[in-house]
Amino acid sequence: MSATRGIGRRTVLRGMLKGGAAVTVGLPVLECLLNTNGTAYAAGIGGAAAGAPLPPCFGTWFWGLGLIPNHWEPAAAGPGYELPEHLAGLRPIQSKINLFSGMQVFLDGKVNQNHYSGAQGQATGRVSRNGGDYSTSIDTLIGDHIGRGTRFRSLEVTCDGDSSASWSARGSSGLNPSETSPLALYARIFGDGFRDPNLADFQADPAVMVRHSVLSAVSEQRRKLMTAVSASDRARLDEYFSSVRDLEQKLAFELDRPAPLPACTVPEAGTEEIGALVEQVERTHRQYARLLAHALACGQTRIFNLTMGSAFSRLRRPGEVNAYHSLTHEEPIDRELGYQPTCKWLAERMMDFFREFVETLDGIREGGGTLLDRTVVFAFTDHGEARMHSMKRYPILTAGSGGGRMKTGLHVASEGDAATRVGFTIQQALGVVGGRWGAESNEVSRPFGEVLT
Amino acid sequence: MRRFPRLPALLAGLVVGVSAVSSAAEELTFVRLTPAQHQRAIHDVFGPGIRVDGSAEALGVRDRGLLALGARRSTLSAAELERYEALAQQVAAQVTEPARRATLIACRPAADDAPDDVCAARFVARAGRFLFRRPLTGGETDLYVAVARTAADTLDDYYAGLRAALAGMLVAPEFLFRVERSEPDPGDPGRLRLDAWSRASRLSFFLWDSAPDHLLLDAAESGGLLSPEGLDRQVERLLASPRAERGLRAFFSDLLELDRFATLSIDSSLFPRFTKNVEDDAREQTLRTIADHLLNRNRDYRDLFVTRDTFLTPPLAAIYGVPLPRSQELGGAVPWVPYRFPEGGSHVGLLGQVSFLALHSHPGRSSPTLRGQAVQQIFLCRTVPPPPPDVDFSLLQDTYNPDFRTTRDRLAEHRRNPACASCHNLTDPIGLTLEVFDAAGGYRTTENGAPIDAGGALNGRTYAGPAGLAEALRDEPRAASCFIERTFSYGAARPPTDGERAWLADVQAELVERGVKWRDLVRRIARHPDFYTVVPGAS
Repeated sequence: MSATRGIGRRTVLRGMLKGGAAVTVGLPVLECLLNTNGTAYAAGIGGAAAGAPLPPCFGTWFWGLGLIPNHWEPAAAGPGYELPEHLAGLRPIQSKINLFSGMQVFLDGKVNQNHYSGAQGQATGRVSRNGGDYSTSIDTLIGDHIGRGTRFRSLEVTCDGDSSASWSARGSSGLNPSETSPLALYARIFGDGFRDPNLADFQADPAVMVRHSVLSAVSEQRRKLMTAVSASDRARLDEYFSSVRDLEQKLAFELDRPAPLPACTVPEAGTEEIGALVEQVERTHRQYARLLAHALACGQTRIFNLTMGSAFSRLRRPGEVNAYHSLTHEEPIDRELGYQPTCKWLAERMMDFFREFVETLDGIREGGGTLLDRTVVFAFTDHGEARMHSMKRYPILTAGSGGGRMKTGLHVASEGDAATRVGFTIQQALGVVGGRWGAESNEVSRPFGEVLT
Repeated sequence: MRRFPRLPALLAGLVVGVSAVSSAAEELTFVRLTPAQHQRAIHDVFGPGIRVDGSAEALGVRDRGLLALGARRSTLSAAELERYEALAQQVAAQVTEPARRATLIACRPAADDAPDDVCAARFVARAGRFLFRRPLTGGETDLYVAVARTAADTLDDYYAGLRAALAGMLVAPEFLFRVERSEPDPGDPGRLRLDAWSRASRLSFFLWDSAPDHLLLDAAESGGLLSPEGLDRQVERLLASPRAERGLRAFFSDLLELDRFATLSIDSSLFPRFTKNVEDDAREQTLRTIADHLLNRNRDYRDLFVTRDTFLTPPLAAIYGVPLPRSQELGGAVPWVPYRFPEGGSHVGLLGQVSFLALHSHPGRSSPTLRGQAVQQIFLCRTVPPPPPDVDFSLLQDTYNPDFRTTRDRLAEHRRNPACASCHNLTDPIGLTLEVFDAAGGYRTTENGAPIDAGGALNGRTYAGPAGLAEALRDEPRAASCFIERTFSYGAARPPTDGERAWLADVQAELVERGVKWRDLVRRIARHPDFYTVVPGAS
């Protein structure tokens, strides 16, 4: 048998790692990163030049079932607005966030897939005819632009144990499942393969190099299979090979001497108790906030997606017969108060959790600023008024300025604009090329100029 | 049960020089393996002693009632592939560890600390035939041998090389997906059929929920599987195997959406007897009942709605509120006791089981709408659309309202809204009958102090309670046609075409007379050439 038949340049380690000798690997990135004194790539994470500002990060933060209508919209627009009592939990971070009101998701005559269509519209720019069709989400678009050169393309997590609670997708072949266990996420980020960027000594692990070469061999099959595959399956197969490339990139990252990141520390793993009770979700969310913040600070990823849980929220107080979703439809409106009291309480917990998330990012100092300063968090929900499955008057929030690319502290009061304008504005701020985003009535081409710097 | 026959023989199979990739007319399609299939495929090749930790986590997409259909539309995300790669490393390390080499790796290398292309090629070809479910092409063998050579050289370890090659095959799309290759059908040049290897896979995953064994691969290789007689022989062999039970269980797990147990949250503070053990037992009760009914007793599928025969454990008996007789099985590792619910009682058939009742409830409250919807969608293949926007549910959903103490009262008010009535008329007359069961599946006679009226109607046939509903469902022609269509769709991972629906209707007409028996049904499907055709654009 021929020694090299069928083997491409990328496939195989060409040199041998023996006695610390230099190694060359078929993959271009490895050729440069594995030079003997380990200086390649070390100028900055992911290719950033030494001394350059740290790159921006982006994440989504999804909570189900919206807020109580008529109780959260501030009276005034612009800076210095007063947060209503329903949003009092956000006051400590008001200057770091933007609040968008009055926006809607258009169905264009399609059936309203309750607790799905609205979130789909905001996450992907389009609303599909049925629940099975989903397309590339905003985090993927932004990640393709700012997320390269990290260990994880993105990290998806959910706080109530339901791995299907996700709005992140690349392509049209299904959602990226969410991690349900903080301890599993901890192991992925800070377990095997994690290289503390602030440790002086670094040695590439030959076993990781072998794993990398294995994946390169799998990648070699791409062209052959892509030629033979049926047209209807081509995109799906391509998405599989994109995942292979992501994994190759992860291993390549682990083989690289990381640049020092003074803000990077390894958190404690802790313990976990996964469930849908309010206290369990709160604790899980706190763990994820901490883990994601440290992952960003340690240059492991620049993209994350967190959901509090399914849009059909199973969140519950102990002993309560109904979960949050059922309550939105079935809890009577208190005639004196004018709202559903338990639903309001639960919605306010969501805002408390969001504040805690933002404060966690803001608590990590990086030079003269914080991790939050170079991040944009996009917080969205499934319905304007969940009780009625309303597609209007969506509450939307952003936090952080993406490294000074967005202003903060504003209330943007819209009058029936497509909610996709918020996602589009963030894309423009982070430099995603493209003059428009979305489909049909949800297509937008004008960012909110007052938010952009 | 002989779960793993001739283990060394599996890997001592033939190294075949035929190329599995052939003419330009072929077309490839992909169906993603389920986590259970992934795990079984590994166990069937390398033995059940190989640990495959955590492979159960994957996000299935349910399409037209079945995850099996969604598997033709889904791919592997980066995070999922990351998990599968870690599993591949874990499995490859176990297969190549010294204690297993004698059994699983026949060829001894010239030296343990250096590459050996000849030995590596033998391992790659043998393992690859089972993992890819066809012989590797020459190019593929060379590729994985080269991986082995390089890794062995890098790490000074021949077996580290095999580990790398095996890990590569375990993350390859040919393993993680069922790659279906089609070729022109010689009997009908206008259409495409699966080639012999893909036919073997379709048959094996349908009947065993796992990859083909060596005999089935041999039948594909010889071409025998493409003949009607050869196909019949394999169908009978697979159906006679104990593995047929896991195929049946996999189908019903999909059909009955038992995967949803993963996120079930019945509140144990409200239902103290509903523990995690009960969840596991409830799932197993249903599958055990079905396997016994359809395989052991060869009974009619439709009688699953009315059977009172089942199996219980002590925690389940507590939920059902029945005394559990002592049994010889008690005291063993699996304390399952055959049990027959008393005649005249309400616990009848699949709809009276905890798994159905709890899966289609709210955490603390039963839901006639969810249960009625489940019956329509799962057993009658009817789609119940989502509620329209801007409907106010709250006014008449007040459980404290003295005028509407039972759910029946409140839903009756809700149906006065014509926008709601069209769908609730599909769900409520079924679900309200099941209101005699609480969210955990326990029997009750009152709600908020008011007696529960369990009367209902299905397609104009009225009944007084769950037993009447069960009989109405058994006699409903749509129940049989839905089941038959779902069985075909599950096996082919695509819905039937109009032409296929026509012969499925013939199958139905025949089975309805003779009894809708599982073996008869899958035999008819698996022997039919249409089952192995390729419909362009089925994805």
